[in-house]
Amino acid sequence: METLSLLLNGFAIAFEPLNLALIIGGCAIGLFIGAMPGLGSVNGVAILLPMTFLVPPTGAIIFLGAIYYGAMYGGAISSIMLGIPGASTAVATTFDGRPLALKGEADKALIAAATASFVGGSVGVVLFTLFAPPLAEVALTFGAPEIFALMLMAFATFIGLGGDDIPKTIFSIFIGLVFGAVGLDIISGEPRLVFGDIPGFFHGINFLVLAIGIYGIAEMLWVIESSKGDVMMSKAEVSVARTLNALAELTRTWKMMLMGSFLGYFVGILPAAGATPGSLMAYGVAKTVAKDPETYGKGNLNGVVAPEAANNAASTGAMLPMLTLGIPGSPTTAILLGGMVIWGLEPGPLVFTDHPDFVWGFIASLYVANVFALLINVAFIPAFIAVLKMPFTILAPIIFILCIVGGFVPTMDMHDVWLMLVFGIVGYLMRKLDYPMAPAVLAIVLGPLAEPALRQSLLISGGSFSIFFTRPFAAVIMMFAIGFFLLPVWAAVRRKIARRREAS
Amino acid sequence: MRMAELVMAIVMGVFSLYLMRKSAELPIGWIPGEGPGGGAWPFWLAAGMLLCCITIVIRWAKRLTPESRSKEVYMDARGLRLFLLNAGALTAMIGLFHIVGAYGAIPLFLIFYLRFMGHHSWRLTGTFAAVTPVITFLFFEIALQKTLPKGYTDPLFEPIFAFFY
Repeated sequence: METLSLLLNGFAIAFEPLNLALIIGGCAIGLFIGAMPGLGSVNGVAILLPMTFLVPPTGAIIFLGAIYYGAMYGGAISSIMLGIPGASTAVATTFDGRPLALKGEADKALIAAATASFVGGSVGVVLFTLFAPPLAEVALTFGAPEIFALMLMAFATFIGLGGDDIPKTIFSIFIGLVFGAVGLDIISGEPRLVFGDIPGFFHGINFLVLAIGIYGIAEMLWVIESSKGDVMMSKAEVSVARTLNALAELTRTWKMMLMGSFLGYFVGILPAAGATPGSLMAYGVAKTVAKDPETYGKGNLNGVVAPEAANNAASTGAMLPMLTLGIPGSPTTAILLGGMVIWGLEPGPLVFTDHPDFVWGFIASLYVANVFALLINVAFIPAFIAVLKMPFTILAPIIFILCIVGGFVPTMDMHDVWLMLVFGIVGYLMRKLDYPMAPAVLAIVLGPLAEPALRQSLLISGGSFSIFFTRPFAAVIMMFAIGFFLLPVWAAVRRKIARRREAS
Repeated sequence: MRMAELVMAIVMGVFSLYLMRKSAELPIGWIPGEGPGGGAWPFWLAAGMLLCCITIVIRWAKRLTPESRSKEVYMDARGLRLFLLNAGALTAMIGLFHIVGAYGAIPLFLIFYLRFMGHHSWRLTGTFAAVTPVITFLFFEIALQKTLPKGYTDPLFEPIFAFFY
């Protein structure tokens, strides 16, 4: 009952004229960003976060949350129309969305994707509302050892579930944590890792510098290089009659929509998993349980709705650990978490008690954003298609300028802009060699929180690491962390056993 | 690609050693009553980075990663040209921020990118080059009150600010 009253209060905040305008604007911008091949929610949120200093923190997070939602909807548009996923989260949508478009049923695929996104988002936000308050209450009892154990688990999931090269993933985590340690030592106050005594390093490395470098500059360089080939745009006929027919056909896919929504939500909660594996898993499950699996990949509507519902539900799932525990569930939420620090809020369960307007205004805005993202998506399908025709040589310089100015604004220091360029170029060169970049961004956000937690824990225990195994909550979280660390070893052992069995 | 994987691992390994040395400027051991020294956290993380680089080199030698087995070039001629043009244009734009300021560098960058890299018409190029700095100015300087670098063009803005304030 208390949750309902807080949620109603949140709706009052979300419907304030400024916040409503931010929701609508954020959804529209997010849809455009999501529709652009190669760009997704993380790019939009990273590049546009510095623009939110104009509004109060509640408005800022509502705006970025709406961009996040809009981009998750928009990702399907280029997957279907161009056969190029708008973001990695929409890869699975390409499998059946593109064949539908090639058969002249692009409108049906687009409407199915939008509707499934709405269902996924709705299920996700309802589960979020139910789970967030009790989880935050439990998290309020956490001390430094539990907080450090949680952060360790977040990193462990990248190793266990990330699916990337393990030494490169661990390297990425470590380098992000080291960059997060640059500046002044929090306890002694002495300068630390001030490279070449350059004054710009005294204030540390702002996480946005790394985030915009990686998700702005490096991503753009990557897209420019990889989009050398020609793309074929599908035609989309949109009419009321065709829309109604498509909606009627969609009623037969409700089971897969719900399956994708629930699966996506729970996969989204895990830090390294998120929307991409969530949508791929939902597609896999839909195909496995289907009576006609041979039609998948050839334009089966269930193959569009399952991953689209999953990726939207996962995006909401990723916000659960961010708000309640202060641990981001995805790269986008890592940037939102960094934004909270910039806005002067301490991430974690205390925001629920200290800033209820912020939390509940944001949660209520997700309900509203979900409706507006659907309406804007369906109403402006032709406009998004027109955006896809815009030459990349117009969009690229605008995004580059946004990155440079956005990198300058938080600290008003040109040192940060140069650093961002270096991160962008090195990040691009490393990405070409399969170094995952998301763990580094997560680490630079969590590093300044993890180090004091570790130092406090060790101070309490007199330097013994046993403190992480003697406190009940910390021990359970550590067990999960160790489990995630060992997952790749377990997988390798299983593969070896299977190979031996085959050989014998 | 194979050679690039090795070079990157070595460069990052050397960088890790530098970070370890730099971290050790502060105490890296246990300080009674204070806990771990200020350099301990980055020192051990950098040591971890070095271990990862060594592992990457070992895996490279055993050809365990797709990159270490790849016979593809790291960057073909067209890719290299695109990379140099984009990275070079960005570097030049940031450099120009110090001299002609944001409102001089942004139009120059747009003219170069749209006209000479994108081969768009002068009309479109001119429109973007004229409108983008105006929008940037109104949003950042007037609405957000965040001053962007102006270099030697700073005195030119005094009458504009006098108009707004």
